[in-house]
Amino acid sequence: MKDMTGIKEIISPENLAYKKSEILTDEIMHYCPGCGHSTAHRILAEIIEEEGIQQDTIGVSPVGCSVFLYNYLNIDWQEAAHGRAPAVATAIKRLLPEKFVFTYQGDGDLAAIGTAETIHACNRGENFLIIFVNNGIYGMTGGQMAPTTLPGMKSSTSPFGRDVRTMGNPLKMTDIVATLPGTYYVTRQSVHNPSNVKKTKRAMRKAFQYQKLNKGTCFIEIVSNCPSGWKMTPVQSNKWMEENMFPFYPLGDLKVPEEQPVQQPKSE
Amino acid sequence: MEKELRLMKGNEAVAEAAIRAGADGYFGYPITPQSEIIEYLMEANPYETTGMVVLQAESEVAAINMVYGGAGCGKKVMTTSSSPGISLKQEGITYIAGAELPCLIVNVVRGGPGLGTIQPAQSDYFQAVKGGGHGDYHLIVLAPASVQEMADFVDLGFELAFRYRNPVMMLSDGAIGQMMEKVWLSPPKERSRTVPDWATTGKPPTRERNIITSLELDPNRQEIFNEKLVVKYNEIKEKEVRFEEFQCADAEYLFVAYGTSARVCQKAVELARNQGIKAGLLRPITLFPYPSKQLNKLADQVRLMLSVEMSAGQMVEDVMLSVNGKVPVYHYGRMGGMIPTPDEVVENLKERIKGGR
Amino acid sequence: MTEEILIAGFGGQGVLSMGKIMAYSGVIQDMEVSWMPSYGPEMRGGTANVIVILSSERISSPIIRHFDTAIILNQQSLDKFEQSVKPGGVLIYDGNGITRHPERKDISIYRVDAAEEASKMNSPKTFNMIVLGGFLKVKPVLTMENVIKGLKKSLPERYHKLIPENEKSLLRGEEIIKEIQKF
Ligand SMILES: Cc1ncc(C[n+]2csc(CCOP(=O)(O)OP(=O)(O)O)c2C)c(N)n1
Repeated sequence: MKDMTGIKEIISPENLAYKKSEILTDEIMHYCPGCGHSTAHRILAEIIEEEGIQQDTIGVSPVGCSVFLYNYLNIDWQEAAHGRAPAVATAIKRLLPEKFVFTYQGDGDLAAIGTAETIHACNRGENFLIIFVNNGIYGMTGGQMAPTTLPGMKSSTSPFGRDVRTMGNPLKMTDIVATLPGTYYVTRQSVHNPSNVKKTKRAMRKAFQYQKLNKGTCFIEIVSNCPSGWKMTPVQSNKWMEENMFPFYPLGDLKVPEEQPVQQPKSE
Repeated sequence: MEKELRLMKGNEAVAEAAIRAGADGYFGYPITPQSEIIEYLMEANPYETTGMVVLQAESEVAAINMVYGGAGCGKKVMTTSSSPGISLKQEGITYIAGAELPCLIVNVVRGGPGLGTIQPAQSDYFQAVKGGGHGDYHLIVLAPASVQEMADFVDLGFELAFRYRNPVMMLSDGAIGQMMEKVWLSPPKERSRTVPDWATTGKPPTRERNIITSLELDPNRQEIFNEKLVVKYNEIKEKEVRFEEFQCADAEYLFVAYGTSARVCQKAVELARNQGIKAGLLRPITLFPYPSKQLNKLADQVRLMLSVEMSAGQMVEDVMLSVNGKVPVYHYGRMGGMIPTPDEVVENLKERIKGGR
Repeated sequence: MTEEILIAGFGGQGVLSMGKIMAYSGVIQDMEVSWMPSYGPEMRGGTANVIVILSSERISSPIIRHFDTAIILNQQSLDKFEQSVKPGGVLIYDGNGITRHPERKDISIYRVDAAEEASKMNSPKTFNMIVLGGFLKVKPVLTMENVIKGLKKSLPERYHKLIPENEKSLLRGEEIIKEIQKF
């Protein structure tokens, strides 16, 4: 059939602006529209592909909305119990020290039930990467309060807003782990617009490269949204995040190593 | 005051009943299919009315240890969770049993093992009835089969827990937690002001100090304590067996089922009788203590028993122990969050009748 | 009297809340009721269904596989549940997005094009009330008066201003339901 639309021309390789990473599987992601998890997954996939470390990488997925992460990235995975990913990753890295190991965890998983595992893995300076997606809520179970929920913020278990006198203050885990000698590179990023996606990608690339130095735990917080849990449209949720989450969880590096990675980061 | 009629989910009924039972504290962590319990309590905010403390803990491990602390003060405290969370609580539960503390634990069971599914199951029977944690102990286990019982067993659970200074578990499942039925709620009770004499409330000059502990370094004394527990469990077996019978009087074939499966079997009894099969149902309400005597008696009357469970076959072992070989005992189960339908239960019974005697 | 009902469709179509209103109305009408939903995260955008039983007697199993009435709101549910209607029972469906229509010969079939009607009425949120109105026409097991009381009971106070709109949709549903096949 003749190409009446000129589509062949448009989709020619020179015009290629975006390509799905080879590391991403064809599985349809189950996330709600506008959720930051899928963007974070894509960045992770691109880094693994570009660094050429598919066969050397083992991921540990959490319990939370990203529990099915193992369906989306074509690498070896272990699914941990709720909050225990850093303990699982500790053993993987200790027994396979040549491999790249990372965990990917939500704020309930990492900062509530898994606080002990997180702190102690970082305190031992376990040489893997922790990716911490902070959406200020328990997404998976239907929008309950998380340790990171902002003061006054409503959730299904703080229906009148988080009262810090009885429910505590939001826990800044990233700030806490940055104070531990065991951590090597600690940064807070977001994935809600192209420039921040680029920054997150740069941070993630560095973190994987640092892993080769064997100098300690790398920790990347991604401040993200939860349109369903926050009961907002995706656009509203990103705006709300900028206005409310970022002042409380400011983006940027919290701990930067002096040493540079063995291999310089590729340009983005 | 009169009882109040409401249409509620089983989970909501537990929460409302806890407030009305005069509970002093609730400690929980969200998990499907029971998060409505803590959500309901947070919305109801009973601290403002009855003074009941409601707290979202950082994990199930924390929640059960909060229960330990509250129970040690002689308070009516409780926690709820679903299977993976109940597994995490096991350490705390054996410490509570060892310290002889009263409390209520609700398990809205979902399919396992591991993270499993979030759909209803009865695969935690062994864990609830045979141990779960380490050491020689028993929970009193209540098995609600309706939203009404989800409410009623909160009060009953606290009553038994305090009577025997023993943790009580309500073994429910996702279906009963999530479904709505009519429920008659008891009028609210005042929170109790009486302090048990063993509670840690600060030592006045008039009594010895109270210590809540499960530790005993001397094996002789530990054994004496274990023997005391055995006496208590025997008393519970003697006095607290509860069950319900449906059409057992002339039954030739007996279903044994609890919780959601018992509801399914009730319908199966109707269907079977429509086809001329004289079926009956024994529904254990307490799983510990187990209605063994009643089953043994029925074994003299029926030709076979079929234990219907949403598991690979757990309670069936207790049915076998109860009848001690008098009649053939079979198991029919669905797993992984699947619920048997009345029709398939009847089909299975018919196969057993054909294949058996 | 026992009426065993299945309602199935997409999450967000108001399947569960429609069942809830029936259950509340049943309580008001002094019946025994059970409302057994499918639940969990798969409901986001996926399929949702609920079994509602209304009875003058104590309800045995809230979980059943054969229904007096199935109310079907999308193709997936029609494919899945058409065979679950008891012989001689009733199937009510919305024709919107249906490519393969019901084929059973041993049941009564009704069609209520509620999606279309709701958009005509500019009232997309009361879609499920149009369906419920249709059901009540075919199976008057609940009185309209009690259904409206049930509606009030199941809606939080702050939404009570929407009740007249819901009422209108219920009545509209009664009008537009069409008999396709009478068994
Ligand atoms: C032991 C245990 N307790 C509770 C749960 C239920 N649960 C599943 S995910 C989750 C919280 C998820 O929140 P978060 O980590 O913030 O991730 P998100 O879903 O927001 O991405 C909980 C409490 C569980 N699976 N296991």
